[in-house]
Amino acid sequence: MEGSLVQEFKKGLWEEIPPFRLVLGLCPVLAVTKAADTGLGMGIAATFVLVFSNVIVSLLRNVIPNKVRIACYIVVIATFVVVTELVMQAYTYPLYEALGIFIPLIVVNCIILGRAEAFAGKNPVLLSAADGLGIGLGFTLSLTLLGSLREVFGEGTLFGHPVMGASFEPFTFMVQAPGAFVCLGILLGLMNIVETIRTR
Amino acid sequence: MEFLTLTISAIFISNILLMQYLGNCPFLGVSKKMDTAVGMSGAVIFVMTLAAMITWVVHHKVLVPYRLEYLQTIVFILVIATLVQFIELFLKKSIPPLYRSLGIFLPLITTNCAVLGVALLNIKKDYDFSHMVVFSVTSALGFSLALVLFAGIREKFETARIPGTYQGTAIGLITAGLMALAFLGFTGMV
Repeated sequence: MEGSLVQEFKKGLWEEIPPFRLVLGLCPVLAVTKAADTGLGMGIAATFVLVFSNVIVSLLRNVIPNKVRIACYIVVIATFVVVTELVMQAYTYPLYEALGIFIPLIVVNCIILGRAEAFAGKNPVLLSAADGLGIGLGFTLSLTLLGSLREVFGEGTLFGHPVMGASFEPFTFMVQAPGAFVCLGILLGLMNIVETIRTR
Repeated sequence: MEFLTLTISAIFISNILLMQYLGNCPFLGVSKKMDTAVGMSGAVIFVMTLAAMITWVVHHKVLVPYRLEYLQTIVFILVIATLVQFIELFLKKSIPPLYRSLGIFLPLITTNCAVLGVALLNIKKDYDFSHMVVFSVTSALGFSLALVLFAGIREKFETARIPGTYQGTAIGLITAGLMALAFLGFTGMV
């Protein structure tokens, strides 16, 4: 039991790391990674929703009738999204403003519904919580990485601190929409290269 | 004139897919073939317009008078999910040919963030009814335009020589990036 808990947790960090291994939930990934801190904030918010929705879905897995399960999952997820939204509005207002409509859009983040459907609906509570936490942290890591890369090259700063020296000319391309797509595409390809080398 | 500006801005300048990053899952998921892309576009135009109208009415006639704005997210997603189910049943009964062509795309739309996104943007931008309708329809058209263009490019991948590790989603994202770069050229048009 303990071994599999760790295993479920760890798989989210490499084997199934979203959004690279599970290519789901791309919209927030592209939209909120203009800077490292918004990426990190989004990751934490999504992790919170993911862990709690996984726990509740797993607790209710024998109660929810199979036919209406997706609707029930969505209601559970939406409830936690509203909780997150209100908490962020109260305590981290600048971040709430920066993320904008992407906080309510966590509801339709396919990763969360995907984990409820593929994992939490079939597994006991502790395993589901570990799965949610692992996938959530993987998501947070990816978002922070992508956000840091775009911020470093696009603005010359990291978490708001200048890192590239005074003579650096920022590539504004990186913080605009095309940069998001290209950057994610290149990272995905690089990850495939690492994976081929590992399995060889 | 004002509506024309809104239209051009929604389709080209702030294209919902390439500039606002909404609806990327279907963008990458159903763009491998032209016919599926066209089917998905049809379904999105239909559902997005209806969903935007209904959520706008619900927001202004139910949520605001009763001061329940904080329930916006839950209510909107439930409205959209129910609406999609209704449309599916209705089309199945009364317009079978349309149902067959949209068929499998309809359920996927519930989790298309572009639909919920447009509904939320309408409220956030404080549009009145007519602006809301124009904005929703043109956003859906912008989505379709980008999706169909992308599917056209992606069909060419079949014959292109792409490095092994970049096949599939990776090259798709880079292509989308180049398309977004082209759309960036529209900035400042209005």
